Amino acid sequence: MTAIIDYGVGNLFSLKSSLSYIGEEAVVTSDTKEIRDAGRLILPGVGAFADAAAKLRESGMFELVREEASRGKPLMGICLGMQMLFDRSFEYGEHSGLGLVHGEVRPISDVIPAGLKIPQIGWNALRFRNGVSPIFKYISEGDFVYFVHSYYGTQCDNHTIADTEYGAYLTAAVQNGNVYGCQFHPEKSGPVGLSILRAFCELS
Amino acid sequence: MITKRIIPCLDVRNGRVVKGVNFEGLSDVDSPVELARYYSENGADELVFYDITASAEGRALFTDILREVASTIFIPLTVGGGINTVEDFDRVLKCGADKVSVNSGAIRNPSLIGEAAKRYGDQCVVISADVKRVDGIFTVFAKGGRENTGMEAIEWIRRCVGDGAGEVVLNSIDTDGVKGGFDLEMLRAVSEAVSVPVIASGGAGNSQDFITLFKSLPKVDAGLAASIFHFGEVKIHDLKSLLHNNGINVRL
Repeated sequence: MTAIIDYGVGNLFSLKSSLSYIGEEAVVTSDTKEIRDAGRLILPGVGAFADAAAKLRESGMFELVREEASRGKPLMGICLGMQMLFDRSFEYGEHSGLGLVHGEVRPISDVIPAGLKIPQIGWNALRFRNGVSPIFKYISEGDFVYFVHSYYGTQCDNHTIADTEYGAYLTAAVQNGNVYGCQFHPEKSGPVGLSILRAFCELS
Repeated sequence: MITKRIIPCLDVRNGRVVKGVNFEGLSDVDSPVELARYYSENGADELVFYDITASAEGRALFTDILREVASTIFIPLTVGGGINTVEDFDRVLKCGADKVSVNSGAIRNPSLIGEAAKRYGDQCVVISADVKRVDGIFTVFAKGGRENTGMEAIEWIRRCVGDGAGEVVLNSIDTDGVKGGFDLEMLRAVSEAVSVPVIASGGAGNSQDFITLFKSLPKVDAGLAASIFHFGEVKIHDLKSLLHNNGINVRL
């Protein structure tokens, strides 16, 4: 069973539906026991970093997610959920994250050439880094996934498992042991995205 | 590199997909759920659902259909039609929409885009503009193209983007349903005026029109069409192969 962490941020309908679609039992929850009992955790997120991190703390999920991840439970952060895995973010000020992936989150405007649109919205190809991560075992390098983001993870070279070219190479996915993060939306990336979720749901 | 997107648009009334020619003379085409699945499996990068129902029953039927689509199809879904309040955003987002497109609602209520962007983020808000030349001036029309608002289009679209709209769908009433190609002149004016993605709509008659669109206007991010896809005149997969062969970056 996979628990989708509900801390009042974002729309979880598609994420839950995508897990049901691949046959994974999923629950959207903020219940401590359900989260402790779950085989895997998914940390979603949309919106601004500071706001989401504050909500994660207020809901008591911040420490709980950290504890469960340090006990070895597979965890996947998606989009802003991935960014929250990092040590810190520089989205409107400096804010600390969960510190489960080492690096920081900075605006893509720092690295992409002027004239490219921000946010990056649309389908872009994955380039694998540091071998082939277990969550990519059913997909191929060059497969397309759907991105919507204005910030990206950086200084995380050892943890980067995929990047994507948008005027510059931007971190697309990270892994630190049992902790995974996708900047893109696997639940909106067609069969490729479902294959990534399926591989994640096979982890224990 | 980010790819150019091909987006079929499904106009839904009373649970069926319809397509108007110059917004009149609607005819039934297919089941929205079946058509959405077909497109998703055949290379569509995104789907737009437009609710053209007027009644409350029709609206409830539409959200049921949306929920069914969003439970089985995992590509981005944009929903428009009848979006007048932030509560309308909430209603369709809860049923699985990723983006919400506003048109007449934003004209009637100038604070709608700002409020929705603040609550759901810019990426969630799409301004859809129906534009027609009136005495040579690009003019915004409301109510499905029936009502001249008297507003100049570029200024209006700029203001919507300034308020937080994260994408623009530009539908040229002058070329809609004519199948003579996209309105390149109008699209050029809009894509040079804003820095957010611009989606071209209205006028696609064949695959060559998409090649012309992306070759002439590199700043346009996506092409949207309805009837040429619904009637099978253009198969999305063939269209994307052709675009690829013409050096245009697409998801194959």
